[in-house]
Amino acid sequence: MSYSLMICLIPILPLLGFAFIALSGKRLVRGFATLIGCGTVFVSFVFSVVLFVKLLNRAQPFQVTMFNWISAGNFSSSISFLIDPLSSLMLLIITGVGFLIHVYSVGYMHDDAGYNRFFSYLNLFVFFMLLLVMGSNYLLMFVGWEGVGLCSYLLIGFWFKNQDYNNAANKAFIMNRIGDLGLIIGVILIFVHFGSINYSAVFPKAASISTSVLTLITILLFVGAMGKSAQIPLYTWLPDAMAGPTPVSALIHAATMVTAGVYMVARNNILYSLSPMALELVLVIGLITALFAATIALAQNDIKKVLAYSTVSQLGLMFVALGVGAYASGIFHMATHAFFKALLFLGAGSVIHALQGEQDIRKMGGLRKYISITYITFLIGVLAISGIPPFAGFFSKDEILANAFAQSPTAWALAVITSLLTAFYMFRLLFLTFFGKTRASDEVIHHIHESPGTMTMPLIVLAILSAVGGFMGIPELFGGNNWIGEFLAPVFSQSIELKTEHHLSNTTEYILMGTIVVFTLIMIALAFARYVTKAHVPAAEGSELSAAHKTIYNKYYVDEIYDTIVIKPLFWFSKLLDIVIEKSGIDKVVNLLGESVNDWSRIFRRVQNGHLGYYIFVMVVGVILVIAFSYTR
Amino acid sequence: MLIVRRKRMNIPIEYYIWLSAILFGIGVLGVLYRRNAIIIFACIELMLNAVNLLMVAFSSYLNDANGQVFVFFIMAVAAAEVAVGLAILVMMYRNTKSVDIDILNRLKG
Repeated sequence: MSYSLMICLIPILPLLGFAFIALSGKRLVRGFATLIGCGTVFVSFVFSVVLFVKLLNRAQPFQVTMFNWISAGNFSSSISFLIDPLSSLMLLIITGVGFLIHVYSVGYMHDDAGYNRFFSYLNLFVFFMLLLVMGSNYLLMFVGWEGVGLCSYLLIGFWFKNQDYNNAANKAFIMNRIGDLGLIIGVILIFVHFGSINYSAVFPKAASISTSVLTLITILLFVGAMGKSAQIPLYTWLPDAMAGPTPVSALIHAATMVTAGVYMVARNNILYSLSPMALELVLVIGLITALFAATIALAQNDIKKVLAYSTVSQLGLMFVALGVGAYASGIFHMATHAFFKALLFLGAGSVIHALQGEQDIRKMGGLRKYISITYITFLIGVLAISGIPPFAGFFSKDEILANAFAQSPTAWALAVITSLLTAFYMFRLLFLTFFGKTRASDEVIHHIHESPGTMTMPLIVLAILSAVGGFMGIPELFGGNNWIGEFLAPVFSQSIELKTEHHLSNTTEYILMGTIVVFTLIMIALAFARYVTKAHVPAAEGSELSAAHKTIYNKYYVDEIYDTIVIKPLFWFSKLLDIVIEKSGIDKVVNLLGESVNDWSRIFRRVQNGHLGYYIFVMVVGVILVIAFSYTR
Repeated sequence: MLIVRRKRMNIPIEYYIWLSAILFGIGVLGVLYRRNAIIIFACIELMLNAVNLLMVAFSSYLNDANGQVFVFFIMAVAAAEVAVGLAILVMMYRNTKSVDIDILNRLKG
């Protein structure tokens, strides 16, 4: 099979899967829907692996043009795909993790009436996500970008009979829309200033465009990334998005879609590298988000909410990496994060499944002995995200921290605090869920069972990936050659040339690394002392909390603040418009028109009296008038 | 040739025009003022034939056979129309026991 055909098939297969499942609807037998849903993604994964291997010993990226899509004046855009190391890596994550999550969904959604619908949405999502990362121009990326937003909306509101879930879906969609506006304006500006929207035409020209224009463009693009990747101030939709089924949270809201912003910034690395101000903004936003979300996660009691805030925080960390110009580190962390966060979400899903839908960690505890596979895999995920060597998170996080230290020690300090908080709240989650006494009701305990094989298999595979995933980026310090950095280097070559290399001495790196690991272990010990030894359980709903705790528990009241300063005034304003313009302006005019038509027609309907003779008479008079008229002219 | 032409010129074209116009007018008035469907029907035929007459007259006047060909077509169509029209009349009579078109006023808007 030729490579270009393979490249085209990678996104098309999930699209066909979607079309087939969606059009067949409920008539399709479940087994068949499963086969198509998982099969198409699996074939895409196989193709991605083949391409990846091929790309390893090939200097040039693959570029395939399917057809010319839009062509108007000097604007043209084609459906064409670019497979370079960056998108190849993304392909592996999307199709690989995506396939595992598809398999997991078979078990998780087993009893759901919307089984086929679920798989059709998942396939559609995979298609759009592939389009996003494979597109070789901004417009195609934008199509994918919007498409994944749509699928996110559909899947958050998957159980649409619950109004809260619908509200969460709306919130996600609207928040994303705000970001998307920035993105599309950025793309338009790119076209205006570069005269093209193809990556291959834009990037080489970047150096010849003035910095102020680039700064504007990159900041606008970053606004899009803020929405999609849940950064301050547009992050509030992500925790609410946990309303969707857990596999969705794992696939869309942890592993793939939310990293689209990171991908986009990394893809445009040269534009960012040329505008230091925008890069500074990325760094600051990333840092604030990482720290802010980590503190919120400390006091959440919903297992998925903790993970959601952790995702926001980790995404912030990725932006920190991008902000200090360490694009490869950001992508590296994105890859490992995809493994361990998908693992954690799926593990949480397995816990929820075992407890018949219970998500409150205050009602869990002691699950270690009931669901041991879930426990072990979850533990690996927690170790990975906390940055314990040699698990995946350690290497990627360490690389980000080292790069941050080289750039600015303040950023490093904040990132380290985030990382330590991460270790604390993740172990808090682990201990409250799996250790101590079981706090669930007897009836629930009676029904606890390990999840079926379709759910545990993906967990095990992801656990292995989380354990060894970090080895693709072993730093030179440990005798590795930072393979992933080398692999991605062609994508970031222009930026690497621009960047002045801060090189830390080996001693410094050892000290930094050692300190962080020691402090992380201390945090884990603290969490152990508090939640296992003292068996502390977070206070029940409605009990007195200290002011600080209460603030964090209520997520700093950000939702309330947004409600007060944005949503309420907006409603007031629309109410005002409703009364002043709609009701007394437009409505009056429209009603007047309608009534006058009514009145006139009441008069003129008398003309139609039903007598044939009369009609003929009118016709004759008409003919005579026409003739007379044409003669007088 | 000249002799033939003079003979034909005996009746000027205006006469034909006037005759046709009068016949047509009678047809129109008949359709407008009579209530009996059969009479109306006859009046429609009268109008058609007024036109036919005019066509033949012009055809002869202009030495052009096309007009007469058209007349044949019109007569054929008129014959078909009579068949349909009379069928409608019969049905109308069967349903209403009358051929007065004032009964047919259900087209009211």
